Amino acid sequence: MELATIEGIIRQHGAQKSGLIAMLQDIQHEYTYLPEDVLRHLSRTLNVPLSRAYSLATFYRAFSLKPKGRHPISVCLGTACHVKGAVKILEKFERELGIKTGQTTPDLNFGLEQVRCLGCCGLAPVVTVGQDLYGKVTVTKVDQIIKRYRKQETAHAKT
Amino acid sequence: MPYRVHCMVCAGTGCVSNRSLDVREALEREIRKRGLQEEIQVVTTGCNGFCAVGPLMVVQPDGIFYQQLTPKDIPYLVEEHFIKGRPAQKLMYTPPEAPSPIPRMSDIPFFKHQRLIALRNRGLIDPEKIEDYIARDGYQALVKALTRMTPEQIIEEITRSGLRGRGGAGFPTGVKWRKVREASGEPKYIICNGDEGDPGAFMDRSIFESDPHSVIEGMLIGARAIGARHGVVYIRNEYPLALERIQIAIQQAREYGLLGENILDSGLDFDISVTRGAGAFVCGEETALIASVEGRLGDPRARPPYPSEYGLWGKPTCINNVETWANVPPIIMHGADWYSQIGTERSKGTKVFSLVGKVRNTGLVEVPMGITLRELIYDIGGGIPGDKKFKAVQTGGPSGGCIPAGMMDQPIEYVAPDGKREARDYLDLPIDYESLTDVGSMMGSGGLVVMDEDTCMVDVARYFLAFTQDESCGACTPCREGTKLMLDILNRIVEGHGTMDDLRALEEIGWVVKQTSLCGLGKTAPNPVLTTIKYFRDEYVAHIEAHKCPARVCRELNTYRIDPVICVERGHGCGVCRRECPEKAIFGEKNQPHRIDPALCKKCGVCVDVCHFNAVIVE
Repeated sequence: MELATIEGIIRQHGAQKSGLIAMLQDIQHEYTYLPEDVLRHLSRTLNVPLSRAYSLATFYRAFSLKPKGRHPISVCLGTACHVKGAVKILEKFERELGIKTGQTTPDLNFGLEQVRCLGCCGLAPVVTVGQDLYGKVTVTKVDQIIKRYRKQETAHAKT
Repeated sequence: MPYRVHCMVCAGTGCVSNRSLDVREALEREIRKRGLQEEIQVVTTGCNGFCAVGPLMVVQPDGIFYQQLTPKDIPYLVEEHFIKGRPAQKLMYTPPEAPSPIPRMSDIPFFKHQRLIALRNRGLIDPEKIEDYIARDGYQALVKALTRMTPEQIIEEITRSGLRGRGGAGFPTGVKWRKVREASGEPKYIICNGDEGDPGAFMDRSIFESDPHSVIEGMLIGARAIGARHGVVYIRNEYPLALERIQIAIQQAREYGLLGENILDSGLDFDISVTRGAGAFVCGEETALIASVEGRLGDPRARPPYPSEYGLWGKPTCINNVETWANVPPIIMHGADWYSQIGTERSKGTKVFSLVGKVRNTGLVEVPMGITLRELIYDIGGGIPGDKKFKAVQTGGPSGGCIPAGMMDQPIEYVAPDGKREARDYLDLPIDYESLTDVGSMMGSGGLVVMDEDTCMVDVARYFLAFTQDESCGACTPCREGTKLMLDILNRIVEGHGTMDDLRALEEIGWVVKQTSLCGLGKTAPNPVLTTIKYFRDEYVAHIEAHKCPARVCRELNTYRIDPVICVERGHGCGVCRRECPEKAIFGEKNQPHRIDPALCKKCGVCVDVCHFNAVIVE
């Protein structure tokens, strides 16, 4: 835990209890999850029970108690995507990455999630990887998508 | 010097994902190369609506519509259109049955039947420039409301316009405003509900992305009417671009003195803060949303008291949907009479629908209330792709229901405005809040998912129930337990273990959940199940008694085999199914017919999707 970062986030939201969700969002963004020691620190500083921070962290989908991958993959299972076969896309990702939905690969490169509608229904089925959005995804395109990010990781590892 | 031509490049989420920003870059480069930068301006706009054919661009002032552009097309386009002066036909849109391309956007059927009020500026302005909004009469309505109208007159105008909540429930907006104005307690708050959670609906996202100032102006007018000093925009976590654009817009409005203290010297003080949602469907419900803004769990509470009396921080709060707020400035600008002449008897104005699923022209459309499903799906949507049969349309997301296609043997009674009664096909049902409720569905936020013969209605019902069951916050028993029970039954049915008693149980439990749940989520969750049982009972029966899924969607009930003739003659035994089969259940050599081993097949259906020759037969 980097105390300065956490303190900065707390101050940015006025050090108020009402800003707790916003603080958790920033922490999630910073660490890709909500580390236990950070939650404890937050609860002490804001004088809120740890149980309350925990209940928020488990109620809202945006939060995770385990690290998410560097490339979080979200497969949209909105209605339009569902009727266009998104489940098979999700299953293909599970097979290719060797993980189940909600899990992260052991090397922390990829995380796999399902989401409820990204609002790009005109392009169904839709997948996002980090900030990148892919439309009209097919089972055969899944390999290409994963390959692109694997390549990035290999290039990154070399430098 | 004014520009001769404006190129409006769509930068909505859909087009950006199809690399429209690369197209813009190529365009700017080519224009500079040709020395046209003094004459042609490139503008990036919000979502144009016709997402199916993106990336797209409209050349103004002539309104020439270009589609499916790639950076490679740009030199040709610039040469032809801007140098030689003949718009590039081969980059235009051609409807499936039309003999030639349609050059002008206004002539394309997808756009021709639309009437834009909430989306009035889409594709015409750069959403990140307040000057563009102002140039299109932006903030004029605010000036009128501040200088020439009393708060009472504003509320009266909105009430007379007949505007109703566009988030789905359809509560009269003016009535709500009056309640908040008259409620005791200070300060009063205004909230813009942008927690667009219904899967299949994206109009709120599009408004934020293409015209964020229209929401701010609507909220300012609302603030004047009800006497609020502070507003909150609540925006869904899944919409990063929308969040960015509304934040830019708020900052610009502050710099222009349109937010802050003593706005336009009128004495009105009003500012807006933005709250990001954290991913919980139930937060679209107003009391849950308020709890979330206060930093608490998004649990809904019993109403009354309504937020108009006891809302944010216990104070009177006016909470309206994004689309509702965007409708406010035009109503104030042009008057209630202008607005109320559009639409039907009880539903005035226009509604934005997201037309998605098995329909050719997917995208976002704004149409007058009272338009028929037939006009929406066939005239605007271009019908069903691939010569498939239209089966049903789902409206209202997980709270809505499925309306069947052409059930001529069960026409509904339609009462025309002149009092005449006639039997009408469901497709010719004029859509408004009441008519959709009458057939067991609802307007909801305006998601319209078209389904064809390949869609299994039992699977759709199960899909929605899985959604609501998962999103149920657990606060009340009927919703928490009832949806769970119903989902278990539906899972049994799609796996072929259902009984006819299950069907009766579904209806009974559904009725109880509807009647006894705490908030809108539970009260409407059974709708997709109950409407599909009502209109597609035979499909349920086929699953239960014949152990067959007529649409061949429910995988447990299917068997898969490869047609050896098609496999060899058309596909030359290409082997893509063999490589993709996760169970290694497919055998065969190149140029030889392939074969699925039923003992190994887990029925995932991947082979069907990957085969380019339709050689995999599903039975």
